[in-house]
Amino acid sequence: MEELDGEPTVTLIPGVNSKKHQMCFDWGPGEMLVCETSFNKKEKSEVVPSCPFIYIIRKDVDVYSQVLRKLFNESHGIFVGLQRIEEELTGKSRKSQLVRVSKNYRSVIRACMEEMHQVAIAAKDPASGRQFSSQVSILSAMELIWNLCEILFIEVAPAGPLLLHLLDWVRLHVCEVDSLSADVLGSENPSKHESFWNLPGNTQTLTELELKWQHWHEECERYLQDCTFASNPHLESLCKIMLGDEAALLEQKELLSNWYHFLVTRLLYSNPTVKPIDLQYYAQSSLDLFLGGESSPEPLDNILMAAFEFDIHQVIKECSIALSNWWFVAHLTDLLDHCKLLQSHNLYFGSNMRECLLLEYASGLFAHPSLWQLGVDYFDYCPELGRVSLELHIERIPLNTEQKALKVLRICEQRQMTEQVRSICKILAMKAVRNNRLGSALSWSIRAKDAAFATLVSDRFLRDYCERGCFSDLDLIDNLGPAMMLSDRLTFLGKYREFHRVYGEKRFADAASLLLSLMTSQIAPRSFWMTLLTDALPLLEQKQVIFSAEQTYELMQCLEDLTSGRPVHGGPDTQQCQDDDIETTKVEMLRLALARNLARAIVREGSLEGF
Amino acid sequence: MEEIYAKFVSQKISKTRWRPLPPGSLQTAETFATGSWDNEENYVSLWSIGDFENLDSDGGFEGDHQLLCDIRHHGDIMDLQFFDQERIVTASSTGCVTVFLHHPNNQTLSVNQQWTTAHYHTGPSSPSYSSAPCTGIVCNNPEIVTVGEDGRINLFRADHKEAVRTIDNADSSTLHAVTFLRTPEILTVNSIGQLKIWDFRQQGNEPSQILSLTGDRVPLHCVDRHPNQQHVVATGGQDGMLSIWDVRQGTMPVSLLKAHEAENRVSLLSMLECNGTISAHHSLSFPGSSSSPASASPMWEVHFHPSNPDHLFTCSEDGSLWHWDASTDVPEKSLLFHQGGRTSTFLSHSISNQANVHQSVISSWLSTDPAKDRIEITSLLPSRTLSVNSLDVLGPCLVCGTDAEAIYVTRHLFS
Repeated sequence: MEELDGEPTVTLIPGVNSKKHQMCFDWGPGEMLVCETSFNKKEKSEVVPSCPFIYIIRKDVDVYSQVLRKLFNESHGIFVGLQRIEEELTGKSRKSQLVRVSKNYRSVIRACMEEMHQVAIAAKDPASGRQFSSQVSILSAMELIWNLCEILFIEVAPAGPLLLHLLDWVRLHVCEVDSLSADVLGSENPSKHESFWNLPGNTQTLTELELKWQHWHEECERYLQDCTFASNPHLESLCKIMLGDEAALLEQKELLSNWYHFLVTRLLYSNPTVKPIDLQYYAQSSLDLFLGGESSPEPLDNILMAAFEFDIHQVIKECSIALSNWWFVAHLTDLLDHCKLLQSHNLYFGSNMRECLLLEYASGLFAHPSLWQLGVDYFDYCPELGRVSLELHIERIPLNTEQKALKVLRICEQRQMTEQVRSICKILAMKAVRNNRLGSALSWSIRAKDAAFATLVSDRFLRDYCERGCFSDLDLIDNLGPAMMLSDRLTFLGKYREFHRVYGEKRFADAASLLLSLMTSQIAPRSFWMTLLTDALPLLEQKQVIFSAEQTYELMQCLEDLTSGRPVHGGPDTQQCQDDDIETTKVEMLRLALARNLARAIVREGSLEGF
Repeated sequence: MEEIYAKFVSQKISKTRWRPLPPGSLQTAETFATGSWDNEENYVSLWSIGDFENLDSDGGFEGDHQLLCDIRHHGDIMDLQFFDQERIVTASSTGCVTVFLHHPNNQTLSVNQQWTTAHYHTGPSSPSYSSAPCTGIVCNNPEIVTVGEDGRINLFRADHKEAVRTIDNADSSTLHAVTFLRTPEILTVNSIGQLKIWDFRQQGNEPSQILSLTGDRVPLHCVDRHPNQQHVVATGGQDGMLSIWDVRQGTMPVSLLKAHEAENRVSLLSMLECNGTISAHHSLSFPGSSSSPASASPMWEVHFHPSNPDHLFTCSEDGSLWHWDASTDVPEKSLLFHQGGRTSTFLSHSISNQANVHQSVISSWLSTDPAKDRIEITSLLPSRTLSVNSLDVLGPCLVCGTDAEAIYVTRHLFS
């Protein structure tokens, strides 16, 4: 294990007194269950009524923010789009695509920040107002970091344009944080430099620019040495500033809201063509100078410093520790991975950093009651552990309506997750049985191709038929089609219903041979044979002969098989006796009917042959 | 389709419906209602696309919709319909049917009427009840018809406490949607691919007619009736198939249009009803579309345009929203599909070349000759992400809602 990056923070759960009671807990995917136990260390006789609550501790609270939900949903589309960027794209077109994606992410953060700002202003009580405001500053910091990463890692601006980008960066964010410093930037920086920086269509080379700048710089220096501005201290300090004099700049510290503002200002006046590699030196010294040993750097300072040092892993690590959600690191890391900046780095536990962070983020989404659909696509783009994670999470989604179930099923079917498809259909089939919705239950088991369950439901149908004497759910049973072949019992149910239909249509010969084949082919369960034979009775009693002699022999065979195999009861149970009596009468009637039919059939067949 | 506005609303939208315009009104649609699902707290909300014309010069506000008011709703909103100008009826996953009343004076919604156990299951042996989701409703003042997972059909009348008529066990499977055919007849679709016609004048729990696709048993999710030709009915299914039925004749759909399937793929199957044989089967796919059989996506809603019924709109689980144009005043005989400015044309080859005698009286949707049949399809949303659960059209306006928690509105459908 690696060493800890910091002391774990202690979270107090309101209402729980861990000093009085022993606690117990259990981990969930995105949350934890905590409750008090009645276990007591010291065997005290007093029975303290223990707390009746189970607490759900969520670690990723940001998922529950209404405003941040917009960030999650909108960035999901950008993420999916990024994954589909053609791998073949190389060089300039690829880079410009990636920069565009990065800008899209940032504009979503900004939109979210603006909305959060509105919410903070409109907040009714000061406490929640403060909470929203702190969210605004977190979002602002996220965008600040993202923007710097975009300049340094994605845009990879070379010397010259680099400072231009940094100027925009500071201008954008300092305005954001403090409107006063916006004025400062507006008044202090531009005028002279606007034209100076106006690289006319890149016709000017970097060297030419450097030469010109050097010339201008020397001129300024000369003015200062000549004491041209000595009469006016303001003008003199202005001149010093333009020469990049650190002390003069720091005198105006209150106008520079922070060290990176100081850094960019200083670079602008002292080294406008700063190379990316030299940035870290300037950054470090600017930070040291600006803080002046009075205060220690904050997490944001460390993150920015790591970026200036081009240490991507440190940036991501610091962000992971400092920020309260996984959204930022997951999306930034994924984007940087698409820039091929993270290839070499593998973690000690299987998947790489990009995947690890995406999994963490997606699991957080799945822990949320509604955002789980977003999580699916993130898992899809985790080649190593995404699929198993999805399999584990998808089964745990509560299915309160069939429509939701269909949505979950589609996700599984698209990914050929047969085991999950089967399990979801089975859950729905079970639910339908519990609700006495046999038709639905049968539909779901057919969909799951679950033969055992189809048999169970078919038995229920047959039992209901025996009790009521009529079939329910004919709209389904009459339209089973090839699905009938799923299980023998289902086939029997379908065919038996077909017998009734054919019989109802007075196609007696067809009905008779169907009935017989149900028994001789062994599709009909033994327990049902008596019912089938009883169904044969009216056919045997018809005026014309329906069962042929051979068919009658077969029927007799069936009847004998059934009666001979039956154990003889000698118990005193009167109910049993009565049932036996009915049974015996039935058998007698059948034997009589069969014998009579046989006689008629032999006569008829004999006379036909005679012709 | 340049002007389509998206707004993220922090709740998954299950239903979107325009408020009907007063009869004879010349206004365009202004207000719509939405329902959410699968949230910890679900809401019925009213939105205004308002009149922001004067803000145009400042840039930006035109088309953006603003929340007027909302009210908490117990359970997922499974269906939502306007009963009249002020009242909204919702179907809940808890089996409850609620009528909400909008008070325009102080912009609030309140519960006006409620049937809490409109849909329920009865256990196998015990007399215990458990709620069953109500899946669909249709209103025709003063009547409200509801269907549910319990296979039950209820007929309610506003201001009546009890159901006027209930058909228990009307369907052995789940009923997904309901619409009026012609009073007092209704149409339902179920999870085993059947379209059933019910006549409230008849007693008993048997439908007056059952129509289905032979043998397929593919669930049907939505149904809409042609506004002028009451025998023409469109349904959408689990396999993304759009079926057009002529309920006067036969038990099979007249034409099948394979729609929301794989990305960028449309195919047309046209069936000849007159002799029951399939006359043409065209599988049209786009160049570059993946050849792997992607699983089809359920079509959640289908709507004929109420005043321009040669146009039809569908939305699907795959995040697409399609505009089908079957207007006959076009020169080419082809099936067109537009996406992102790219237009592809497909000529369908006809086997039979029958002359259609009464071409003018037959709806363009029932035209049985694929060679004469031309349908132009336009994809209305720029990029696909999560499911588009619901849509509604009124005049030149369209609104749809998605699982990506966005509501899209356009006011210039035919421009």
